[in-house]
Amino acid sequence: MKFGIMVSAGPYTHQASDTAYYFTEAALKNGHEIVRVFFYHDGVNNGTSLGVPPQDDRNITTRWSALAEKYDLDMVLCVAAAQRRGLLDENEAKRAGKDVSNMAAGFNISGLGQLIDAGIQADRLLVFGD
Amino acid sequence: MAVIKKFLYVNRKAPHGSIFALESLEVVLIGAAFDQDVALAFIDDGVYQLMRNQDTSGIGTKNFSATYKALGDYDISKIYVEKESLDLRGLSKDNLMPLTWEDEDDDWAEKDSIQVVSSTELAEIIDNQDVIFSF
Repeated sequence: MKFGIMVSAGPYTHQASDTAYYFTEAALKNGHEIVRVFFYHDGVNNGTSLGVPPQDDRNITTRWSALAEKYDLDMVLCVAAAQRRGLLDENEAKRAGKDVSNMAAGFNISGLGQLIDAGIQADRLLVFGD
Repeated sequence: MAVIKKFLYVNRKAPHGSIFALESLEVVLIGAAFDQDVALAFIDDGVYQLMRNQDTSGIGTKNFSATYKALGDYDISKIYVEKESLDLRGLSKDNLMPLTWEDEDDDWAEKDSIQVVSSTELAEIIDNQDVIFSF
């Protein structure tokens, strides 16, 4: 089956991002297709490379990055939601005159059209988070 | 792309106090460009999103409520509001802003977009969708 995943909660505060990760991983392991993982609302914070969680805890961002690399997963942050919350890739940082970018490996910035497209392409679109 | 799916945007939160209503509306407007079959549902505190005469000057946030009136221009004509949610909050359709669309198959007659439906009717509507976004 083809799944689209929307993550609308940030990391650590709520379980939603963890659950989305475990679902995505399990789906891929079982041979299903993930059309796209789209991060929206505070979910864009999953893509920051600047998080430094304690060493005895999971690192939610690097875990997503590793999954993306292993399965060639398409992970997209909504550009409008990301800009509001200070998630910038190098291009966006340059354009906004910021001296730092913080996009973790495997995450890309794109528009909300990618979310609608995931809804069209997928057999099921699942929303994780409020 | 010829695929046309039924998209339903379910809005359950008050318009102000969190960003969910605004960021839901942003998806709806972007999604309108994809020529899909779109409907919106307002449940729980989400019904407050359609209140008349919203004024955010006291909280310093953007008053985006006028944007709902543009939905008709994006060919979005199915706006469902759950009756039980209105009743619980002492509201009726008269408290909501008028939302209309123009029916090109009926000489561009201006028609009401808002339909107040029971939770049972809404359950059926939800059951008939292909894609559901909840905000």
